[in-house]
Amino acid sequence: MSGHGARLLGASALTLLAWTASAGEIPPAERRSGYDFMSRETRAMQDDDTVNPGMLGVLEGGTLWARKTGTAGRACADCHGDGRASMKGVAARYPAFDAALKRPVNLEQRINLCRTERQQAPALAYESRELLALTAFVARQSRGVPIDVAVDARTKPFIDNGRAAFYRRQGQLNLACSQCHDENWGKRLAGNAIPQAHPTGYPVYRLEWQSLGSLQRRLRNCLVGIRAESYEYGAPELVELELFLMWRARGMTIETPAVRP
Amino acid sequence: MSSALVNVPPRARRGEVIEIKTLISHPMETGYRRNQLGARIPRDIIRLFVCTYNGTEVFRAELHPAIAANPFLVFSTVATESGTIAFQWTGDNGLSATESAAIVVD
Repeated sequence: MSGHGARLLGASALTLLAWTASAGEIPPAERRSGYDFMSRETRAMQDDDTVNPGMLGVLEGGTLWARKTGTAGRACADCHGDGRASMKGVAARYPAFDAALKRPVNLEQRINLCRTERQQAPALAYESRELLALTAFVARQSRGVPIDVAVDARTKPFIDNGRAAFYRRQGQLNLACSQCHDENWGKRLAGNAIPQAHPTGYPVYRLEWQSLGSLQRRLRNCLVGIRAESYEYGAPELVELELFLMWRARGMTIETPAVRP
Repeated sequence: MSSALVNVPPRARRGEVIEIKTLISHPMETGYRRNQLGARIPRDIIRLFVCTYNGTEVFRAELHPAIAANPFLVFSTVATESGTIAFQWTGDNGLSATESAAIVVD
């Protein structure tokens, strides 16, 4: 009887060991973009700029970049010049720490800060066509640039918060992000491949949405999926999660505008 | 405000079959959906696409609800002479968008 008990205990200890080993982070060599999980047809759509519907947003963003707006009567181009040169690599560094706000801001928030402070224009609504277009235009200039968010004393606490959120079970289904995207990537969930959740191509053109969408829209979708109450657009919790995900994808290249199923 | 992307090969040999790709930004709202208050969202679709090659119609497509947003059309034609290939999309709410591309045939 006691021997049987010891065997059982040994077996459960082994299971626990195996579980903790698989619960670790994905090794750098095994990291894969969501692109690798897509069908041949969807990849072809992303690869050709004349076919990729995300490029319509980039095109519109380029127009908005040059348009004067706000009471200051200034366009993005009046300060930043030709965005195709000046914005290269910028998206790969966001979310970035803002000294005045004393917290990280994402690319959408940075664009809106520029609008309210420099252009004296009203902030654009999250997921509005204009904000997505401008973000897509800026992020497009970083295509091929490796993700490199700042990791220092100022950003570290926020990355840690994001990491804690990623590994925290939440919602009525009691699931953590990591349970799908670290432990079960490559398997299928209702017919769809589970990707590793690397934010390499945002804003993405998602076929399900039939439009461009931000990383926060994607995160809110996931939260609803696990029956958790999702945060408002622009919430610090979402920005911290974005920052952690970008840190987790460090070194991977930006694909914006990516196409996803 | 619609923006369109067209892809026409800039050069072709006479008699060659060329592939033309067009993509236009448009919501293609079906008219069957309702908003959160239960009111019907009015239909807003592209109804007709026409492509002309130096004034001669070479391709025409009628579009209907249930065609996805940002319609992407690919078709082919025979390169006959140098000139202009013009595209026109017309639809609900007075939509009329045009685009054109030059082609050199030798």
